[in-house]
Amino acid sequence: MASQLHVLAVDDSLVDRKVIERLLKISSCKVTVVESGTRALQYLGLDGDDASLRFDTVKVNLIMTDYSMPGMTGYELLKKIKESSVFREIPVVIMSSENVLTRIDRCLEEGAEDFLLKPVTLSDVRRLKDFIVKGKVKEGEKISRKRMRSIDCSSPLSATCSPKSLPCDPSPSLLSTLSAKKARL
Amino acid sequence: MHSNSFHCSLSLSLYSSTMDRAHSRRHVASMKQSLFDQGYLDEQFIQLEELQDEANPNFVEEIVTLYYRDSSRLISNLENTLERKPLDFNKLDTIMHQFKGSSSSIGAKKVKAECTLFREYCSAGNAEGCRRSFQQMKKEYAALRKKLETYFHLARQAGPLETAFRPK
Repeated sequence: MASQLHVLAVDDSLVDRKVIERLLKISSCKVTVVESGTRALQYLGLDGDDASLRFDTVKVNLIMTDYSMPGMTGYELLKKIKESSVFREIPVVIMSSENVLTRIDRCLEEGAEDFLLKPVTLSDVRRLKDFIVKGKVKEGEKISRKRMRSIDCSSPLSATCSPKSLPCDPSPSLLSTLSAKKARL
Repeated sequence: MHSNSFHCSLSLSLYSSTMDRAHSRRHVASMKQSLFDQGYLDEQFIQLEELQDEANPNFVEEIVTLYYRDSSRLISNLENTLERKPLDFNKLDTIMHQFKGSSSSIGAKKVKAECTLFREYCSAGNAEGCRRSFQQMKKEYAALRKKLETYFHLARQAGPLETAFRPK
């Protein structure tokens, strides 16, 4: 089957780092945990030269970051990741102990996939993982559809594929995730 | 005749250690219940216990130990900062935010409530309120720590729930 999801977790709290690591491992994810936004950027290779020039960019499927961190906040880290041509597609989730609506809106506007209230639970992580895996499956289907098109342009796709939403539509699972989260808040 | 009495004494000792273990486990369960009833711990503690398994049977105790280490540092930091004149409320709030976060992560309900109160005094610039609240928070922290140390000690003695006594 597909390889494990690799999650990069960022948190300045030692206790929270240990907890998130355990939550992710129990959910069968490969985990890299770092203590700051700076370290996260170093790990991704975004701290110096243009990452797109590197041949060995690290493969990460999801980034989970605490919001309130000394030095670089989670919001600032989010912005840097979204500015990167290499990493902007990676979903970034913000974690915070504070339920501040303006903060949540700002993060979502900047492109955060979700905003989780701490303490993060196992069901939060499972839900996230399902969402990411679905995204990967959709990505895989997109690629195989493209291949089918290039092989035989004449046969209609509907003969072999069931109708799916267009890639440019916001995915329904994302919308329900966000509205579920907002509703919960 | 001889083998009969041997079997008798063996099954009696099996019986008594099974009863001891069952008694210990009941003791642990009732202590845990009282920690919840008295508001020392909240749901997050249960969430952490659910992350334990055979490979990681002491995960909660490990996390709590990290919490103690972290807390000592933060409390010391707060004490130093409270000695400055005038008080730097921003700094106090930042440190307490961290302490509140880790307390919340282990389910330390009363400690977390004191942290919240302290931060309210910081926002209001109320020095006396901060000092009072800090003393109260330290009391709650010390009380929780003592109870958890007893709890984990009992839990270790009772042994993991999955390990039933295995007759030879």
